[in-house]
Amino acid sequence: MSDAILRTQDLAVGYRGKALIEHIALQVRRGEIMTLIGPNGAGKSTILKSIIRQLEPLAGTVYIDGRATRSMAERELARSISVVMTDRVHPELMTCADVVATGRYPYTGSLGLLSEGDWAAVRSAMERVDALGLWDTDFGQLSDGQRQRILLARAICQEPEVMVLDEPTSFLDIRYKLELLAILKDLVRDKGMAAVVSLHELDLAQKISDTVVCVSPECGIDRWGPPEEIFAGDYIHRLYGVTRGSFDPLYGSLELERPSGRPQVFVIGGGGSGIPVYRRLQRRGVPFAAGILQENDLDYPVAAALAAEVVSQGAFQPVGEETFRRALAALEACPRAVCCLESFGPLNDCNRRLAQAAGGKLVPLEEI
Amino acid sequence: MDRRRRLRWGLSFLMLLALLALGVVWSVNAGSLDLSHGQVLAILLGGGGENAPVVWDIRLPRVAAAVLLGGSLAVSGFLLQTFFANPIAGPFVLGISSGSKVAVSLVMIGLLSRGRVMSSWGMIAAAFVGAMLSMAFVLLISRRVRQMSLLVVAGVMIGYICSAITDFLVAFADDSNIVNLHNWSMGSFSGISWENLRVAAPVTLLALAGCFLLSKPIGAYQMGEVYAQSMGVNIRALRSALVLLSSVLSACVAAFAGPISFVGIAVPQLIKGLFGTARPLLITPACFLGGAVFCLFCDMIARTAFAPTELSISSVTAIFGAPVVIIVMVRRRRGAHV
Repeated sequence: MSDAILRTQDLAVGYRGKALIEHIALQVRRGEIMTLIGPNGAGKSTILKSIIRQLEPLAGTVYIDGRATRSMAERELARSISVVMTDRVHPELMTCADVVATGRYPYTGSLGLLSEGDWAAVRSAMERVDALGLWDTDFGQLSDGQRQRILLARAICQEPEVMVLDEPTSFLDIRYKLELLAILKDLVRDKGMAAVVSLHELDLAQKISDTVVCVSPECGIDRWGPPEEIFAGDYIHRLYGVTRGSFDPLYGSLELERPSGRPQVFVIGGGGSGIPVYRRLQRRGVPFAAGILQENDLDYPVAAALAAEVVSQGAFQPVGEETFRRALAALEACPRAVCCLESFGPLNDCNRRLAQAAGGKLVPLEEI
Repeated sequence: MDRRRRLRWGLSFLMLLALLALGVVWSVNAGSLDLSHGQVLAILLGGGGENAPVVWDIRLPRVAAAVLLGGSLAVSGFLLQTFFANPIAGPFVLGISSGSKVAVSLVMIGLLSRGRVMSSWGMIAAAFVGAMLSMAFVLLISRRVRQMSLLVVAGVMIGYICSAITDFLVAFADDSNIVNLHNWSMGSFSGISWENLRVAAPVTLLALAGCFLLSKPIGAYQMGEVYAQSMGVNIRALRSALVLLSSVLSACVAAFAGPISFVGIAVPQLIKGLFGTARPLLITPACFLGGAVFCLFCDMIARTAFAPTELSISSVTAIFGAPVVIIVMVRRRRGAHV
């Protein structure tokens, strides 16, 4: 892939001559977002800092558009890469426009005076992050979400080819997280830029990334590839060393640890109706059995993560008598049962029969 | 809105210039020898006469020194505040002035005991070495403690140690010149001659020009090191330049006027408040003007308040400067990131 705008070759990064991660070979193309994920302390920030030359690489080279960054002048590099970092900035008496305008640094003359063109770039960058209204506002008075948007505008008006963002969504509420990433996505596509981002939110990483890079504390860059490859099977569990809970790679949702012990309640569910009950039982630490669910049912992944036992039927299959008998046996073993379903049809008639069989064990939903 | 800001900046500069002119005129006219405005004007226009030396050799150099050195001190304070990202940093509180003081007294007493007088260049050189030593110490501490208030405490301690050493030196030096030394070590613009100024002026003006030309990277540095570096600032070079320039400026002041307290903190704070910005391109020249005005007026008070007894300039600057520092600190607390 010769059209990579950013490429690292055999890069080794670390502090004080001690390599944390070696042999890093990554590449991003124009219009793409590459996301670094991995547990805390694995070295995501270290890699980013080495790419932007904040840290001297211990070995290897970073190329931008085929040129080694090592040999680029400061100004030239600043025109190629801009950053949004996690460091809290406290500039004194600066309006948002002032802060964004610092992005024009590599383009202004020796006194740093902005031309009309520079101001136009500032304005359009602020427009892009929908922050024109904050022009005169003191930067110190912004909320986290606004501040991050202004810092993004600053990075935009530096007009780089590559933007590096270190955990840009930390501290933001979901609205701002989504907003920020949506802006980034559009930006990368419209301007033909590339972005290298580190994220903690796996669900978001899965959705915005063209490439996901997994940084693990044990083996450095463990894997990299498109999200559909990375978020498959239980790889994420191994990467993060998850033992008390689970991550669903398809939905990107997290579930806590399943309660241990013999099932106390049989939950008859399906079509999403069971999920709130499963979670409620998990919170109270009550082990439960769930059924009967087709494996393509909305409830199935959560039941599989939380239930002590799931009685299920293969995807797209009608529930057979054998499965029904297994469900009856499981129901038999539980002192109580609950039915979350309100309507039954030909494909879940088995569950109606199961509810009938439960008889006196059946308790109303509210009492669970 | 941008237009309103520009108007504010323009008016602020005009006000500072007007105050400076007022201060200069007032200072030249005031003094223990009662001269009318007409007489002073006549002398300035080359009239001569028996009182001419009072104006030309006593009042004018003193005014020039207050302007030049006061301005330098304020700019030095602004640089240090930017460097340490600390609103209460300054050459005096960080012990840099005191470092200069101890170095100059050492060399001065050493030379006096051999019957020699120190040249202006020698004084600047000694003051610079002292300033750099204190600065090195402060830098060492600043690497270990990230908290701004602790840094200042350390600086104040350095200042006390240096002052104690200077007091010892003064106490044990047995020379008639000790009176002079004592005056100087308390801080005063009184003993400054044209010869001193001929040396001080080019050094400070060059350093000030350097600061002004560094406005752009200094402005970027206000965003923090990480962002400054990503904008293309050579951080190591800039940091060295900031340390050197602020030390040269405060060393010049300390060499000729002794340690002067609080100008370095208070003036930049007042100026930033007045301009409503911290942009170095504006604040550097404005700090120079502000420092000049502040020191001129404080020197006037020192000279005239209890004439013929003269106060030390530091006592006067402290009275006006210290409250500003306290206000700044209280305000910051509320903003909660000290």
